[in-house]
This record gives sequence, structure tokens and C-alpha cells, in this order.
Amino acid sequence: MASADSETRPQEAIPQAVKIIIAGGFGAGKTTLVASVSEITPLSTEEVMTEASYGVDDIGGVEHKTTTTVALDFGRITINHDIVLYLFGTPGQNRFWFMWDELAEGALGAVVLADTRRLDTCFHAVDFFERRGVPFVVAVNRFEGSTVYREEEVREALDVSAEVPIVLADARERESCKEVLVELVTHVIRGRDPVMSG
Amino acid sequence: MNTSDERYGARTSGPGDGPAGRSPGHQPPPWYRGRGHPTSEGPSAGVALGDAPAGPLVRPYTMTRGRTRPSTGPRLDLVTIVVTARDLKERDREPEQEAIVRLCHRPISVAEISARLDIPLTVVRVLLGDLLADGDVRTRATMTQLPEKKVLQAVLDGIRRL
Ligand SMILES: Nc1nc2c(ncn2[C@@H]2O[C@H](COP(=O)(O)OP(=O)(O)OP(=O)(O)O)[C@@H](O)[C@H]2O)c(=O)[nH]1
Ligand SMILES: [Mg+2]
Repeated sequence: MASADSETRPQEAIPQAVKIIIAGGFGAGKTTLVASVSEITPLSTEEVMTEASYGVDDIGGVEHKTTTTVALDFGRITINHDIVLYLFGTPGQNRFWFMWDELAEGALGAVVLADTRRLDTCFHAVDFFERRGVPFVVAVNRFEGSTVYREEEVREALDVSAEVPIVLADARERESCKEVLVELVTHVIRGRDPVMSG
Repeated sequence: MNTSDERYGARTSGPGDGPAGRSPGHQPPPWYRGRGHPTSEGPSAGVALGDAPAGPLVRPYTMTRGRTRPSTGPRLDLVTIVVTARDLKERDREPEQEAIVRLCHRPISVAEISARLDIPLTVVRVLLGDLLADGDVRTRATMTQLPEKKVLQAVLDGIRRL
């Protein structure tokens, strides 16, 4: 059987895709960030499943069936004829860890949007990327009326190492989002090749 | 180029000093309790990676004839790029497969196929598995490792150009 990649006759080259994950707590601005830089209106893809689960207080182990839909928002940036960048927002509910696994696989890196009104909502994202060894930057998304915290306070609260860039951002501003992404990719390159960093 | 420190510096006063407008006896941020705290959600809270998908998953879709994953073929990631074969043969296909073949005349990712045709990812993967096996579409395998340096540099330049 011919493999799908076999070139029996000239075929057009298929671009390679890279992906960046936009993570953060509920309402932190993930979709807004994706929309600010994407060349397409952000799309949403769905995974629907029925999972067998057991009630928390259900010692008898009676099985419940729950149907759940996980939605992933994403946008696209065509880098050149051979590279296309996809930006994926993480699913709102934290329990969909399998989706995070899928997202992390082969990801270039991640942006953790930290909402200073409720910074603890991004702890799990930081934990996850550290564990998976996915390079990330923290973008502090400032909402009106939220307290201003110093970078060190944010760093201490998130307990991230000194190499992890922490930047201020406004997910509604395209330039600001570009800066965040530039910061991330620069960080990834630096981590790749420490000698080259300035 | 500004460092993140400078950007922060513009908005806060010196170390030890609370930023202007803040009460003098500035308390530690209310949310400070450190990650890894038992109340922190996520893998550290005892949810092992990969736990969730291992459960019995039943998708109510008939167009895949009950299958939940492609029988054979390459792994189909969210961003695996799919393109319709140039030498596409005339044959009977399911309407959803026909729609995919039409959509993929220009290279497009698995996630985008799912979103544009409004077909759940799992189903798209199964349908693509069949199309691949029949030679109707081609894919480019996605990286499971970090991209090469020159790819990273191209991405960086591309973002700067936006
Ligand atoms: N002030 C301010 N508001 C923002 C910013 N980013 C997003 N918002 C607003 O916050 C709200 C939530 O933003 P979303 O982008 O939907 O957040 P999300 O993280 O995708 O939310 P979920 O997917 O529901 O978890 C919207 O009303 C945005 O307009 C920001 O940087 N500053
Ligand atoms: Mg969203």
C-alpha cells in the first residue's frame, strides 16, 4: 500500500504548521489575544464525548454518563509559503487535561495570560507547562480597576524562575499581543541556543 | 528594546515602595498562596497527565461507523496539514468526506477542517484516516519536537512583520 507521503508524481509542497498555546484562567483574554493577531476570525473546533464517570460521593460506584463538549478557539498567522502558525486558546474548563496534552504536543511555546484580579486561575497553566517542559512567558493582562502588582510580586506569586519573561499586555491591542509573541519566540530561541543570547 | 522590567518600571515605583495610589500598608496580594498548594488545580492536584482520555469515550456519530480513531495511518494532530491529492479519483464518498476533499484543495489543518465543516475533531480524524488510506488526501507529519532554529527565526520575523 502506498504511504500517504509517497510522491508518485509532482505534488505541491505542504506547509509545516507550528503552534503556540494561549493559556490562562477563565475570562483572562485568551480569545481576545488570538483575535488580535489572527489573520482569520478565530475559529472554534469541538470535541464531543460521553464519558463514564463516578459521582464523588458515590461509594457504590454507580456509573454516570455525562456528555461534554470541549471547544478550542484558534487563529492562524501565515508566516511564509512554508510555515503557518496556529494560536490555540486553552479550553475554559480545567478538567479537560487531555486537550492540554494534545495542545502541548509539539507546541513551540505558550503564553500564560495572568489576570491580576484572580491570579490563582493561571497557576494550573504554569504548573502544566513547567511539567511538560513547554517554554512559556507570562503576560499580565491588566483589567480596569485591578490592583497594580510589581513584576516581582507576580513572579513570586506564580513561583516562576527568573528566566521566564513576565510582560504587561493588553490582549485587545494588536501591537501589545505582537510584543508578547515576540517575547515568547525570543525566549524559546534563547532557551534553544543559550550562547547566542545577548 | 525595552526589557520587561522597564515596562513594569514605568508603571510602578521603586522596590519596597508601593506604587502611587496604593495604601501605605500594602498587604501581600490576596491571591498569593503559591502554586502547588493543595487547592491549586491541575496535574499537581493529582490528575495524572493522560488520565482523562483513557476513560471509555463513546461518540454518538454514525458517519464513522462507530469508530473513534482512525484504523491506520499517520497520527493526525490538531495542526497536521491536509491537502487533497492532485490526482483525485472519481469514486463514491460519504458527504462529509466529499466536503473535506473539496475544502482541502488548499492546504489546511485538521483543526480548521473540523471548525469550518462543523464536524467534531474525532470524527474528522476518522474520516481523514479513510481518505488517506484511499490516497485522496496527503498530509505533512507534524513535529512532536521543538522546531528547528531557522523555523523559529522565521516565525519571529513573521510576527514582527504583522
Ligand atoms: N481591560 C481589558 N479587558 C480585556 C483584555 N483582554 C480581554 N478583555 C476583555 O475581557 C473579556 C474576556 O475576554 P476573552 O478573550 O473572552 O477571555 P477568554 O480567556 O477567552 O475567556 P474564556 O474563553 O471564557 O475563558 C472580554 O470582554 C474582553 O473584551 C485586556 O487586556 N484588558
Ligand atoms: Mg475564550
